Amino acid sequence: MARVVVNVPASAKRGEVIEIRTLAGHAMETGFRRTQTGELIPRDIITLLVCTYNGVEVFRAELHPAMAANPLISFTTVATESGTLEFKWTGDNGYAATQSASITVV
Amino acid sequence: MTARITTRRQFLTLVSGALVAGGAAAQLEPNIQALRAAALEAAIRKITGGKPVRAGKVKLQVPPLVDNGNTVPLSVSVQSPMTAADHVAAIHVLTEKNPQPYVVSAYLGPRAGRASITTRARIADTGKVIAIAQLSDGSLWSDTVAVVVTLSACLEDGLI
Repeated sequence: MARVVVNVPASAKRGEVIEIRTLAGHAMETGFRRTQTGELIPRDIITLLVCTYNGVEVFRAELHPAMAANPLISFTTVATESGTLEFKWTGDNGYAATQSASITVV
Repeated sequence: MTARITTRRQFLTLVSGALVAGGAAAQLEPNIQALRAAALEAAIRKITGGKPVRAGKVKLQVPPLVDNGNTVPLSVSVQSPMTAADHVAAIHVLTEKNPQPYVVSAYLGPRAGRASITTRARIADTGKVIAIAQLSDGSLWSDTVAVVVTLSACLEDGLI
């Protein structure tokens, strides 16, 4: 259902700044569009993305209707230790998606 | 017999009433613009808490001419050493002409390494895009880019 993709390098040097790209498959209905009969289509968006690195939050983004469909967010973090990065998206109508990626720090 | 004749006075009252109503309808568009400007100001005030925002340090990259407002790639980077003592705490992106000014608010920390985010936004109309960065010392920096949108977001299917 909830299709999400994250791109994290498999390995990195200690202290290296790595780029993380995340993509969630979601229509991001703004709540400002109308149907042919003039009814307002209710808002249905992802509102929050949180990234934790071995349990510590490193990035958080609040999304709004002005985000394009299939919200792509890329950010950076410092590769401190080997472990897993957890990504959690939450949104309207009980939307929730999680994804994790492991990284080896040498 | 009471004749239903419109007197000159009644006619003038009716006509002036219609003119006032028509005038109100013509005023609708500027009102929307004023409302959006007020919403943007309120959003900026909410982010800054009334503190001054200085231009600089922030680099907002948006294509100056946007063919399709539904997916506008934008990236924000902030000059910062990103140490525990001096880092970027948050990056906010706002637009001038959207029904709501907010696009995205990203919260970073010293563990980000670099203050740089990339995303894709919807932009409804030709106008300004504003990026505001909040540093760990509380200072605020911004960058504004004017973009021209040819196909507006929100207007797809010819509906608004």
